[in-house]
Amino acid sequence: MATDQQTPRPTSAGVSARPALGDPDRPAVEFRDIQIAYGKFVAVRDFSLSIAKGSFVTLLGPSGCGKTTILRSIAGLVDISSGQISIGGRRVDDVPIYKRNIGLVFQSYALFPHKTVFDNVAFGLKYRNVPKADIARKVGQALAMVRLPGSEKKLPSQLSGGQQQRIALARAIVFEPEVLLLDEPLSALDANMREEMRVEIKKIQKATGITALFVTHDQEEALSMSDRIVVMNAGSMEQIGTPQEVYETPATAFVADFLGKANMLPGTVATADGVRAKVALAAGQSVEVVSPRPLSQGTAVTVVVRPQKLFVGSATAGNRLSGRVVSTSYLGGSAIYEIDLGDKTIVRANNAIAGPLAHEGETVELGFDPRGCVLLDGKGLRIA
Amino acid sequence: MTKGWTLYDPRLAWMLVAPVLLLLIFFLVLPIAVMMVYTFFTFVTAGVEQATLTLANWHEFFTDSYYHGFLLKTLRVGAMTALICGVLGYFPAYFIWATTFKHKWLLLLLLIVPFWISFTIRTFSWINILGEQGVINVALLKLGLIHEPLPMLYTEGAVILGLLHFLLPYMILNVYVSLESIDRTLISAARSMGCTSAQAFREVTLPLSLPGLAAGLLLCFVLAAGSYVTPLLLGSGRDALFGNLIYDTIMGELNWPMGATLSIVLFVVLGFFAAVYTRYMGMSQIVKGLGG
Repeated sequence: MATDQQTPRPTSAGVSARPALGDPDRPAVEFRDIQIAYGKFVAVRDFSLSIAKGSFVTLLGPSGCGKTTILRSIAGLVDISSGQISIGGRRVDDVPIYKRNIGLVFQSYALFPHKTVFDNVAFGLKYRNVPKADIARKVGQALAMVRLPGSEKKLPSQLSGGQQQRIALARAIVFEPEVLLLDEPLSALDANMREEMRVEIKKIQKATGITALFVTHDQEEALSMSDRIVVMNAGSMEQIGTPQEVYETPATAFVADFLGKANMLPGTVATADGVRAKVALAAGQSVEVVSPRPLSQGTAVTVVVRPQKLFVGSATAGNRLSGRVVSTSYLGGSAIYEIDLGDKTIVRANNAIAGPLAHEGETVELGFDPRGCVLLDGKGLRIA
Repeated sequence: MTKGWTLYDPRLAWMLVAPVLLLLIFFLVLPIAVMMVYTFFTFVTAGVEQATLTLANWHEFFTDSYYHGFLLKTLRVGAMTALICGVLGYFPAYFIWATTFKHKWLLLLLLIVPFWISFTIRTFSWINILGEQGVINVALLKLGLIHEPLPMLYTEGAVILGLLHFLLPYMILNVYVSLESIDRTLISAARSMGCTSAQAFREVTLPLSLPGLAAGLLLCFVLAAGSYVTPLLLGSGRDALFGNLIYDTIMGELNWPMGATLSIVLFVVLGFFAAVYTRYMGMSQIVKGLGG
């Protein structure tokens, strides 16, 4: 449940003490036409986003796409060149970082090495003038929440990486900030720990009802944790939607490729009959597709098919293609095939194993449901 | 058949260390040992001593308060110099660390530029500044602000000033290195939790830079307390430090056994301070190192 923030903030002149109470529909964080430039280099352009209270939003993109810059701009660690940012309805463009009431978790944990776990977690409370007794209680609760009770007297160096990141999380949420900013918090952890922390962060976010903005380049993290994903590329937003939306119906070629390495088959519309069309692939074969809107003959399109929707075997329904297996990776429950459709067009299929495996060099049949694909136009934008 | 050598062969390691080790043994350990033996020799007359073992030199040192006074004054001047160095040196170090100036290396280079000029000449330059005919006195006299030259040169103040001039770069570099090792996201973290930049400095930057400050203090203290040229050039007879006392005993009185005794005393006292201090400081270094 989303509690309205009740943290006693030091009221000082210069900051409007407008209460953040009231209007529950007001977004927790709102960006309006943000532009961030370093000299001539524009790191973020025309970025607008509003994050609903209590939701978990992920900025996903490759390194250098501007996602971390956006996160840092909310924190006040980066100045925006134009546009405006509001937190809980309060414009913060001119509010210094220490008055913004945000919780930050860094990739490098950023725990104070010279302070005990208790002093680390109590840090934000101390600067909010919380009474001593309350501090002890809240720190205890926060440590219990991250499942490290009783670690108050330890120094960060005595904890493992995963434990340090949990302390960092406790430290960021203990003063009930209006928004929790997570800057690739899992990247420094090893694979097993990462999955555990993923579940844990999500659980804590749900339990506290805190609004979270998560930055990552890892699609699995984004898909599994988010209410909404914002896919970023080269400083601008490519698509925003639920994990399913961005995965199933990528808006651009970039999103299709970045999320799940979809197969992209360029071709032209050979015959069209309303929303059904036959596309002649550049690879030489042709496929049948169902488009959200009627297509006209001769249009250049790219057929996007997820590896999971491309089935290898003769019993496939819908389209039927043939190709030569280039490689087979057996993963136990499933197998990933790389198949050459001819003319050096390699597609990937990721299928649950049923029956014998297809091996390297074999010629196989494969296909997909005409509805199981997304069509992109000549500019790489989804036809919708 | 010869046995193959590997890159991490322990024999190779010993061979690589050997030159330094031999140098240290023959030119440091051995001479100190010889000095140690000399402290038990008998002083006959100027320039003459006998290899008859005696405790007279040590007895003289432990009973004559003349030596104790010198020792205490030396430690006091060393400590004062180190402290002033710490206070004055922290700010430039912080500035070099915090600046967004693109060519930081240039600022660091400026720090070591003084080392290109001989230390003795740098010390001499103060005579032209502080002396009766020096820049300051002449200027003040010409301006009519004073009627007779201020006695600035040949005072303890001048000695400390000369030592500061010599030691400040060491302090600044030490503090700078330790500031540079601070993860700057710690400061962002502190700021995000409600610290003003001044509070973040007090909570994070200052405590994490203390090891560098501490190392700088020790270095400045030992170098100042062991100094000899600076008090000789900038101080009066009263401002002589223990090093000058040793010089006088050996070169003036030609009393080698007593000179050796005093040398060993200074060596042991400064070594003691360094050892105790390093032990204490070493702890904080470890804590810091593990904290990464």
